[in-house]
Amino acid sequence: MQKMPQWADVVLIPLISLILAAVLSGLVILAIGENPITALTIMIDGAMGSKYAWGYTLYYATNFIFTGLAVSVAFHARMFNIGGEGQATLGGLGVALCCLYLPWPHWSLAILGAIVASAAFGAFWALIPAWLQAKRGSHIVITTIMFNFIAAALLNYLLVSVLKPVGSMEPATGKFPEPTHLPNFAEMLAPLGISFSRGAPANVSFIIAILACFAVWALIWKTRLGYEIRAFGHSESAAKYAGISPTKIILISMSISGALAGMMALNNVMGEAERLVLNATEGAGFIGIAVALMGRSHPLGIFLAALLFGVLYQGGAILSQDTSIPVQIVLVIQALVIMFTGALDNMVRMPLEKVFLAFNRSSAKPTTKPTAAE
Amino acid sequence: MDLLTLLQVLDATVRLSTPLLLACLAGLFSERAGIFDIGLEGKMLAAAFTAAAVAAMTGNVWIGLVAGIAASLLFSAIHGLASITFRGNQLISGVALNFLASGLTVLVAQAWFAQGGRTPSLQGAARFNPITLPFAESLSGVPILGPIYAELISGHTILVYVSLLVVPLTWWVLFRTRFGLRLRAVGENPAAVDTAGISVVGLRFAAVGICGVLCGIAGAYLSTGLQAGFVKDMTAGRGYIALAALIFAKWRPWYALTACLLFGFLQAIALRSDLIEAVIGFRIQIQLLDALPYILTVIILAGFVGKAIPPRAGGEPYVKER
Repeated sequence: MQKMPQWADVVLIPLISLILAAVLSGLVILAIGENPITALTIMIDGAMGSKYAWGYTLYYATNFIFTGLAVSVAFHARMFNIGGEGQATLGGLGVALCCLYLPWPHWSLAILGAIVASAAFGAFWALIPAWLQAKRGSHIVITTIMFNFIAAALLNYLLVSVLKPVGSMEPATGKFPEPTHLPNFAEMLAPLGISFSRGAPANVSFIIAILACFAVWALIWKTRLGYEIRAFGHSESAAKYAGISPTKIILISMSISGALAGMMALNNVMGEAERLVLNATEGAGFIGIAVALMGRSHPLGIFLAALLFGVLYQGGAILSQDTSIPVQIVLVIQALVIMFTGALDNMVRMPLEKVFLAFNRSSAKPTTKPTAAE
Repeated sequence: MDLLTLLQVLDATVRLSTPLLLACLAGLFSERAGIFDIGLEGKMLAAAFTAAAVAAMTGNVWIGLVAGIAASLLFSAIHGLASITFRGNQLISGVALNFLASGLTVLVAQAWFAQGGRTPSLQGAARFNPITLPFAESLSGVPILGPIYAELISGHTILVYVSLLVVPLTWWVLFRTRFGLRLRAVGENPAAVDTAGISVVGLRFAAVGICGVLCGIAGAYLSTGLQAGFVKDMTAGRGYIALAALIFAKWRPWYALTACLLFGFLQAIALRSDLIEAVIGFRIQIQLLDALPYILTVIILAGFVGKAIPPRAGGEPYVKER
């Protein structure tokens, strides 16, 4: 029996969770002596008030789409990939090696190479924990956390000791060659006669991110593999009984997850910085968790949630410039969103289910349609 | 390397192991009762800030310690509410709490002290000062044992000795008391505990509460003992290292002590890379030393060196049969 109509599950619960998180964040802002309404106006204006602002918002959103999709693919196989941060870091390494050491004639070819490199590096970093989970029973959450730290140390070592150009003091690679420059929104829209802010970092990888959304949707709901992943996620024993190999599903779903997280590097490393720096991911791997939870692991939901977090990040940055509220307010909001949409889901769901049950009962009695019971 | 240098490194090992040990034992209580806690980091951070802030305002480190424990307990209560009462995902709750602590501490520190997300430096009675054990001065002339007593054993803050006492205490509580038996049972088979008429929810909340107290002490030690004040994100991944140590120790108190001393030692020698070079003759990358606790944990987890088996009901919310 369906306790709630599907729209309530997909739209109403995330919305209520979001409102709860927003109200609590407002109280936090109030408690530190600022006006939450003013803060909200500054954030919205700073994130959506101009083309320049949109350029940043969409840039952040691109990162979060990739990491959100990564977490969601693992969620479908009922695995919690908390290692998006490390996989995105390795993806950045893949992009950097690909751009620095291969002679690309044009960006359109370079981006194809970078997609392969970032996805391969990210997938590799997820594959080891996946293999350990499938073959040795090591808990994937713990191993992926450990791999985040190992990735950070590895990149630190490579940037300080190996990849740093001779004579440079900064732990970063040299600038990528000119042909690998990805067109930003201003360059993309100029042929169409639309002007866009030149300084904003949003670039062509936003399109790749949208394509990735479609690809994940098709994979999960339209292919045999996607069916197997979902079946495994719903019930491991039933999937096993149906002849689905757990090892195969764990390895494949985690590799896809890692590849998606790695592809984030197209945006932040290749599209924006055009070189590899320390801590290039800036926590986007973790935001993927919030995005996937909020988007209910559906690509459309993830796209919308990533936009929301893009607004939050850009708005939060502007807020910390214009007021005395530190940029860490974004972390608090992010934490509250994860808490309410993830861990405290039942707190919102249980009362709502009761409301719907009561409502159904009272509306079902007078009509006594047999369909109402179904 | 002479004795004094060795003692200095070991001394640093003890100091750096202390927060790991307290957090590790905190995680031990929680996970033995079947509640995964990756929020150790966040609880420590919240406690570190609150302890330093309250100590700075009152000038009394003990009030700071109590406040730190209270802050950590508050986070524990949220974790308990999410993962026990509402049967939510324990891992997600832990992740959320880590972010919450990381954001809130800076926000409140900025609002209260306006020093860029840190508290004022603590001095005098506002922090835990080293204790010189009796006869440390007079015995330091005795060859070998004298310096060991004076340098290594004496001269730590009270919380270091407390943390070392918590190890046998944890062992005793878990393995020699009725409460401990029930607590371990609830992490292995909550249905059996429930059948025996004992409250699963109550036991799990008790475990999460103990975890909160120990994380609170660990955090307070960081900001008022190891360092003199709170700085942004000062836990620096210690909560995760403690988690790693817990797996390394296979969820046992005495092994936890060994694991935390080992990881503390790695942190201590990472600070003295000149020494490593002098002893073994070639340079080890600091990044390798940083990553070593995590690499070792992955190897242990993979079961290549003895198998680490977590409590069986870990991470599973308990649903009463109807």
